[in-house]
Amino acid sequence: MSEHADNAVKYWKANLRLILGCMIVWAFVSYGCAILFRPLLAGIQFGGTDLGFWFAQQGSILTFIVLIFFYAWRMNNLDKQFGLEEE
Amino acid sequence: MSQFAINLMFVGGSFLIYIMIAIWAKAGSTKDFYVAGGGVHPITNGMAIGADWMSAASFISMAGLIAAGGYANSSFLMGWTGGYVLLAMLLAPYLRKFGKYTVPEFIGDRFYSRNARFVAVACLIVASVTYVIGQMAGAGVAFSRFLEVDSTTGLMIAAVVVFIYAVLGGMKGITYTQVAQYCVLIVAYTIPAVFISFQLTGNALPPLGLFSTHIDSGVPLLEKLDEVITALGFRDYTADVDNKLNMVLFTLSLMIGTAGLPHVIIRFFTVPKVADARWSAGWALIFIALLYLTAPAVASMARLNLMTTIYPDGVENQAIEYEQRPQWVREWEVTGLIQFEDKNNDGRIQHYNDTPAFADEAAARGWEGNEFVYNNDILVLANPEIANLPGWVIGLIAAGGLAAALSTAAGLLLAISSAVSHDLIKGAFKPDISDKGELLAARISMAVAIVVATYLGANPPGFAAQVVALAFGIAAASLFPALMMGIFSKRVNNKGAIAGMLAGLISTLVYIFVFLGWFFIPGTNNLANTPDNWLLGISPLSFGAIGAVVNFAVAFVVSNATEAPPVEIQELVESVRYPRGAGQATDH
Repeated sequence: MSEHADNAVKYWKANLRLILGCMIVWAFVSYGCAILFRPLLAGIQFGGTDLGFWFAQQGSILTFIVLIFFYAWRMNNLDKQFGLEEE
Repeated sequence: MSQFAINLMFVGGSFLIYIMIAIWAKAGSTKDFYVAGGGVHPITNGMAIGADWMSAASFISMAGLIAAGGYANSSFLMGWTGGYVLLAMLLAPYLRKFGKYTVPEFIGDRFYSRNARFVAVACLIVASVTYVIGQMAGAGVAFSRFLEVDSTTGLMIAAVVVFIYAVLGGMKGITYTQVAQYCVLIVAYTIPAVFISFQLTGNALPPLGLFSTHIDSGVPLLEKLDEVITALGFRDYTADVDNKLNMVLFTLSLMIGTAGLPHVIIRFFTVPKVADARWSAGWALIFIALLYLTAPAVASMARLNLMTTIYPDGVENQAIEYEQRPQWVREWEVTGLIQFEDKNNDGRIQHYNDTPAFADEAAARGWEGNEFVYNNDILVLANPEIANLPGWVIGLIAAGGLAAALSTAAGLLLAISSAVSHDLIKGAFKPDISDKGELLAARISMAVAIVVATYLGANPPGFAAQVVALAFGIAAASLFPALMMGIFSKRVNNKGAIAGMLAGLISTLVYIFVFLGWFFIPGTNNLANTPDNWLLGISPLSFGAIGAVVNFAVAFVVSNATEAPPVEIQELVESVRYPRGAGQATDH
């Protein structure tokens, strides 16, 4: 395998790892904290209700924003690191 | 000045701005028409995506549904924002690198098959037209209420306005008119919310007000709301749901559908670089979140205000006398969206949840049935009136609601017209068509789509927000899996992709039609649309997620049973994965 192709494979693997990590967080806050695990969080009071309700109506949206910017920032750095950014 | 004149001024003034921008930016060449010259900044693009995205369903309908369903309807909030995470990581940068005009074009090239492209065009048209019907209906209702005309006239006015700026302006016109529309709709949505949040909680930021203390009672706002509505027999606002499977699938359907809707995806073709496509998704979500973080506050506060209006001395005391009802109730009564019937002839408006569980208490209070019925869709539009805000705020919300409905309709029409003119006509029937001819075909197909959507919008196949959620399910089941596999798998071939898209689309449509009527024709459904009949308690609105799974599974099985894609296709997949070497947004 040439050095160039090897570099590209590494870049793609790093991207997939990053996507996987972000998607675990994405699923954890929305499907996890806001829906499936809500009964487990029922003990944590938050502004007149519980933490699960907050995740469903606010927390997940805020997390999604952070996730996208984090991914964009990391990927744009990876592009440069692997020398694959647009000229 | 009368409220009618104020509404007219705000709606007319905002439209004048959009039309002026459309004319100023009138598109000249084909490239400008589709992708605005490829030179749109991520922040500008983010705002345009926001306006494209937030339709009558988000602006007019969503808060009303959350007010009615409480926690159980949080799916709309998570679903319609969480899809952007999928878009940013799984589709946008790669489709930008690929650098074509339309979604079917990518599918056709990646799966080296004209048939794949045609199937994608069909999926796109089914999903987009379903979506536009909801928008036209919403715009028609908003026009008729604020211009005080009947709903058919309102719909016609909406059709003419959409026609003018979508057909004459093209994408460039739309990109900048949509920035203007975003500004109008977000200001219109947040200003009344700020006033109301401050009145109720003393906190002027609605997302914080939602979790703050209610001034009049000294307990947290949500606790107060729960107390008021459960005293009237309604379900606890913050209560958990029983059917978690359906809530998960509904949220997932909306998220995947968000990432699969072509009118949003083509926005990412208009940024200068691959890196900008990633930023654009983030900016878009920030602009969208401004509304989506305000909506749950609007929902709970409007519900509480409504109850306070009906029971001014508290729910344990007498309801308001019908003759004392506020002006906004009188005005909405005219539209038929608020109805009052004095069942116990005491001249007062008793509003409660008329269920067997509450029958004893109702009887003890001398109530003989719920007397006050309102349509959930009026809640956002009536919100400023309920809170006694000044007339200009009411005019503003009228302009905002129309901006939301019309901008989305225009974006969808553009996606439909480019699929027809670019993918069908240029891609298949007449490859040698001139630029001018292609532009003409795009405009004609837009006009046809407007006529069809207006015709169906006059008698929509159900409630507007329902229709919109169906469009998401269809997009989730058909287009998203094909796009994602096209990028992340080198093994999925033409046969697999076509079989997958057809299996996803057809299974979802059949499940919807069985419960909602074939081709949405009333009375043709095979089973009543009730939770008892649903397969495993999965509603037709949630089925898109199952359709997507079917699509993925069929595509994998069929692809693995047939030959691998040719080497040049595997190289193409390789190339979209790396930003280096991306052409201009408009290059072929």
